[in-house]
Amino acid sequence: MITAFFVLVAAGVILSFIRILLGPTSSDRVAALDTMNVMLIGTITVIALILKRGIYLDIALVYGLLSYLETVVISRYMEGRK
Amino acid sequence: MSWNEMLGQILMVVGGFFYFLGGLGMIRMPDVYNRLQAGTKATTLGTFSTVLGVGIAYPPFLIKSLIIIAFVALTNPVGSSVLARASYLAGVKPAPITKVDEYKGGESS
Amino acid sequence: MSVFITALVLWLLLTNFSYSELIVGILVSIAVAGVFKEYHGIKFDGKLPIRLVLYIFVYLPVFIVEMIKANIDVAARVLNPKLPLNPGFVKVKTALKSPMARLFLANSITLTPGTLTLEGKEDAFYIHWIDVKTLEKKEEAISGRFEGILKGVFE
Repeated sequence: MITAFFVLVAAGVILSFIRILLGPTSSDRVAALDTMNVMLIGTITVIALILKRGIYLDIALVYGLLSYLETVVISRYMEGRK
Repeated sequence: MSWNEMLGQILMVVGGFFYFLGGLGMIRMPDVYNRLQAGTKATTLGTFSTVLGVGIAYPPFLIKSLIIIAFVALTNPVGSSVLARASYLAGVKPAPITKVDEYKGGESS
Repeated sequence: MSVFITALVLWLLLTNFSYSELIVGILVSIAVAGVFKEYHGIKFDGKLPIRLVLYIFVYLPVFIVEMIKANIDVAARVLNPKLPLNPGFVKVKTALKSPMARLFLANSITLTPGTLTLEGKEDAFYIHWIDVKTLEKKEEAISGRFEGILKGVFE
């Protein structure tokens, strides 16, 4: 069943990555990147379960923090540049 | 396989399905605001389900899983809200099917 | 002081418990509280335990049920071949004053069916609604379910 999880997540990540490549504006690209980051947080926690190592949960937490900061900073930048 | 591993794996597969729906919404929706709607909602519930599944399947991880869930639930809507406002103020046009606009350029009102 | 307690509780949740960890956590929390004293005040008052209980047992179940409904709604829209959309930007008035309650109301609006908060001005939120049904009574349709609960919890 974990294989099914990885297949579904891979499909989601590939679809968002296509949107990053296609996206007509930079807002679309940042939105797809944000979606992909949250998907990767879930995937890192599943990897922590498979390897039974708690340190990966800290990695997921820090990754989430950085992706949130990244989204907010890029948004602020786009807002200023009309 | 004990019952909690079974339940955890079912929750993980449900979460993976919502992740897939988020990616599909990214492709199919017509403009950035609708894409953010699909992406944010689907991935937030997907993260709830997946990380709670990990916590249930292996109970020593449960406390940190709940911290990750609370963190994602707080930051993900704020991030998408900031991004939607920024793209409106930067002049990204909504899709032509948009009927009503009471926001009107943002800075006024 | 409140910042110190919040930082210490978060530290203890994140690390495994031992005495050396506890001592380092107290030192780090004092440093964090000293830095943040200038900028932000998180104020605790006597009603905090009641608020916490109300938050967990009254607000969270409503929120989780609404979120599952929202996701079924999004799934139905995305999987439908005709892609039924009727989007628009609307303005919704709110009566909540405290910043915490407004933050949670905005987050709840974003995660419930078909709505996405754009901006909160003084007494109103601007919202992108994926399926505009009516321009009257929109307060009840979007924020009515949460506003009363959050008013009880935070104010």
